[in-house]
This record gives sequence, C-alpha cells and structure tokens, in this order.
Amino acid sequence: MATQNTKTLARLMMAPSVLLLLVWMIVPLAMTLWFSFQNYNLLDPSNVSFTGLFNYQFFYTDRAFFQSIWNTLVIVGGVLLITVIGGIAIALLLDQPIFGQGIVRILIISPFFVMPPVAALIWKNMIMHPGYGVLADINKFFGFQPVDWFARYPLFSIVLIVAWQWLPFATLILLTALQSLDGEQKEAAEMDGANFFNRFIYLVLPHLARAITVVILIQTIFLLGVYAEILVTTNGGPGYASTNLAFLIYRTALLGYDVGGASAGGIIAVVLANIVAFFLMRAVGKNLDR
Amino acid sequence: MARSVTTRHKVTATIAAWIVALIIFFPILYTIITSLKTEPEAIAGFSLIPSGTFENYITVQTQRDYFKPFMNSVVISVGSTILALIIAIPSAWAMAFSPTRRTKDVLMWMLSTKMMPAVAVLVPIYLMFRDFGLLDSRIGLTVMLTLINLPIVVWMLYTYFREIPGEILEAARMDGAGLWQEIVYVLTPMAVPGIASTLLLNIILAWNEAFWTIRLSTTNAAPLTAFIASFSSPQGLFWAKLSAASTMAIAPILILGWFSQKQLVRGLTFGAVK
Repeated sequence: MATQNTKTLARLMMAPSVLLLLVWMIVPLAMTLWFSFQNYNLLDPSNVSFTGLFNYQFFYTDRAFFQSIWNTLVIVGGVLLITVIGGIAIALLLDQPIFGQGIVRILIISPFFVMPPVAALIWKNMIMHPGYGVLADINKFFGFQPVDWFARYPLFSIVLIVAWQWLPFATLILLTALQSLDGEQKEAAEMDGANFFNRFIYLVLPHLARAITVVILIQTIFLLGVYAEILVTTNGGPGYASTNLAFLIYRTALLGYDVGGASAGGIIAVVLANIVAFFLMRAVGKNLDR
Repeated sequence: MARSVTTRHKVTATIAAWIVALIIFFPILYTIITSLKTEPEAIAGFSLIPSGTFENYITVQTQRDYFKPFMNSVVISVGSTILALIIAIPSAWAMAFSPTRRTKDVLMWMLSTKMMPAVAVLVPIYLMFRDFGLLDSRIGLTVMLTLINLPIVVWMLYTYFREIPGEILEAARMDGAGLWQEIVYVLTPMAVPGIASTLLLNIILAWNEAFWTIRLSTTNAAPLTAFIASFSSPQGLFWAKLSAASTMAIAPILILGWFSQKQLVRGLTFGAVK
C-alpha cells in the first residue's frame, strides 16, 4: 500500500524539521568558521580584516587555553567518576526491597530538576559558604577551621555541585537497567554459590555495560558545556583556576569583545565535541538495528 | 522457589537507602527550610526549625517582581515545547510509519545537531539576535529553545510512535478508513500518551536551560534562570530571600519531574535504555 503518494506525503511531513535543523546547523557554524579567520573586535566593528590562522595561534599560545582544556577535562572526568560509581552503588541499594521505595526514589531524583543557577547558588551560599554554610557549621562543631571552598578548591567545588546535579540521572538510568536484569539468572548464580562480589563482576556489571556507556556519553555532552554553575559561583576564577573551555569562549566573546578569538575557540570546542559525538552516535545507532 | 527476603535485610537496606536519599535531598530541603526563616535566623548557624515566616516570599515578589520572570519562564518553556511538537509530530510520524532506507540516517543526523556545543555558535547567534532586535525578547528565546530541543522531541516521539503496531493501521485500512480517518480515529488516541510525556519532559528541559536564557536576555524577557543568576553578587545578606526565590523557581518543575521520572530515562537516552 506504500504508494508513491504516501512517500511524497512522508517527505512533506519531514521537511519542516529537517530544513529548520539544517539551517540551524549550517548558518551559525559557517559564520563561526568565517569569523575565526577574521580580525573582528566588537569595540571596533568597522575595522574587520582577514587574519588567516592568527586567532587559532592566539588561542593556542594563550596559557589560559591549556588551563581551560585541562579544567574542562577535570570537570568531565571528575563528575563522571563520582556519578557513575555513586550511581551504581545507589542503584544497587535501591534495587533491594526497602520500605518507602517510591519516596526514596523521588528524593534521590530531585536534584536533576533543579535549574543550574539555583543548584550553584544553594551550594555556594547555604552549604559551602565559609562563614554561614552547613559545612562550616559542621567543621566548627568538631573544632576545625571552616574551609573557603571556592577560593581554595574552586574546580573541586564546581565538580561537586555538577556531580550533585547529575548523580540522580546516572542513578535512575542504572536502576532502570538493573531492574531489567533477569531474576532467574540471579537466583541461578546464587544457587551455584556465587557471592555478592562475584555476582556483581560477572553478572551485574556486564548487564549494566550498555547503560553505563549511555550515561557516560550523554553526560559528557552536557558536561563539556558546563556554564551557569561557573558563572554564579567562581566566575571562572581565581585567575583562570575554574575556567573551562565554554567559559573561556564566553569571556573572550562577550567580556573581551573579541569575535575572532572566540570563534576560533568555538571551532576547537566543536572538534572536541565531535570526537565524543562520534562514539555516542555509534552506541545509540546500534540500538536502532534491533 | 520464591526468594525469601528476611526482614532484617529489608530494614538494613531501608535505613541505608533513606540516609543516602536524605543526604542527596538535603540541599533542597535546607533551602525550603531557610526560605521560612528570617534573615538573622538564616545566618545564625545550623537549624532545621524555622520560625515559619512567609515574609521572604512576599518580599521577593514586592521588591524584585518575581512574577515577571516566572511568567517569562512559563511562556518560553511551554511556547517552545508546543512549537517543537507542531514541527516534530509530522516528522516523527512519517519516520515511524513510512520509513525509508534513509530514515535512520536522518534521525542520527538530527541527534548530531544536538552535539554542537552552544558556545561554538554563541558569537553568530548573539550578533544575529542583536541585528534582528531579538535580544531580551520572549520570541527570540522561544525560537532558540525550540531549535535546541527539536532533535530530542523528534527522537522521543519517534521512539513512542514506533511502538504503535502497524497491524492496527492495516486493519483500519481494510475497514475502508482513509488516511485522514486513520490519523484521527486510530493513531491519535494511541499516540497521545507518548506526546504527553514528550511535552512534559521537554518543558522541564526548556525551563532549566541556563546558557542561552542567561546570555540572550537582560531584564524584559529574563526567565527564572537569568533572574536567579542575577543574585550571584549579593548586596548585603539575603540568604532567606534567595531561598524563597529559589524554592519558587524549582517547585513547579520539581513536581512535574516527579511525575515524569519513568519517561525521563527513555527520553534522555533516546530509547537506548528503557
């Protein structure tokens, strides 16, 4: 029954979203690429000239660039480490029969729905503030000196906040995957005398492999672009201590008015993201072939 | 052969799970508690019992006009979601029911647009918005969030539509239903749950989007993300008021989120984990 007619109709139905996304993808990216070869400062917009690879060289030789790449990797790696390990542990715990499971789930998933500026400000003011924060209160209670988290360990503090936001996501996905594990298999393993550790290594972990991959890849996409959390807590400082690539580009573009430099940074960010995207697309694509 | 669960095991697991849950939820809980304190109380050291004043909520409204960013958030997140649904439903529909050899490639390509880092296009988007007078406008932000979330909406709808059995369509055709009748009487009722979850999840994503909403707005169109971010450099002490504003900013979406946790896994993993 799939006549030529239905095929044309199907194409027409797909056209709006495909065209929109095509324009959305090509136009701004082409502009970024074009700007990245230009000497273009918003404070002096009449004086635009072609500079070849100068912007890339400028970005590449800037010490802040390498620091921001390093910071980006630390944020992505640190948050992934905390959320994946923590997520597996909490998912295993929630997979046990417990009283009030529904409420526990709701409490644990909640941070994911907190918008980034709110999450960051709660942690900055209520939890980690050296004078009035809860952590300072705890330190004082035990007779220790309160820690000025954002001045002493700016990057770690940001990792902690972002990990708090993403831990629920990892937990929920891993729990969903865990619950699809065949109960009979678990029983059989138990009957054969496999202890918890062996069951985890040889049965549970392989079963979770796909979900863990998905968690890592999806989080990485979002974590490469962490922005609001940095903006409202450390503003990238002290110095460039907590500036990631996304924040450096923002600084260059809207605080330094350097369109060319920021665009070069943007192209570098695209290359980085594409490396990650390549792996994600393969993982998700496999699922389509079922 | 039923697995017998000892009560002791259950009690231990329950206690452990509740401790973990309360630690994770604590920052939110403490924000709600702090919002019910007076300003001096809020900085007076750790205390879980507030004096129960609603002063802060009133002050946030009267001094900072909370209602305006709240309405901006509602208009932008709901508007962009509905716009995205209108564009995405026909696409997802066509891909699910009349797939061609290239459908998979188109889907993957759509997803790949989502991988483009926002900062990479900050400069051109900012300049375009400036030139078209879209900076700090609800329309600008709505269009922006529509484009950002369109791939996810198409994908989510596609994974739902794909599960509608094709035999039902054939049966309807046998009974002489035309394409239009097929859509209105057969497919729509089966598609509604999928569309509803997509709507819900996408509103949450749009509500919490905190890059474009902060950068492309200043005052008039600033949604709650930008409103709260403006509290980052405080004058004087304001813990309790900030807590009240934060509570109001997250409460609606927190409740929506609780209802959509099942769809969340499916939606955000593009159907890879169910």
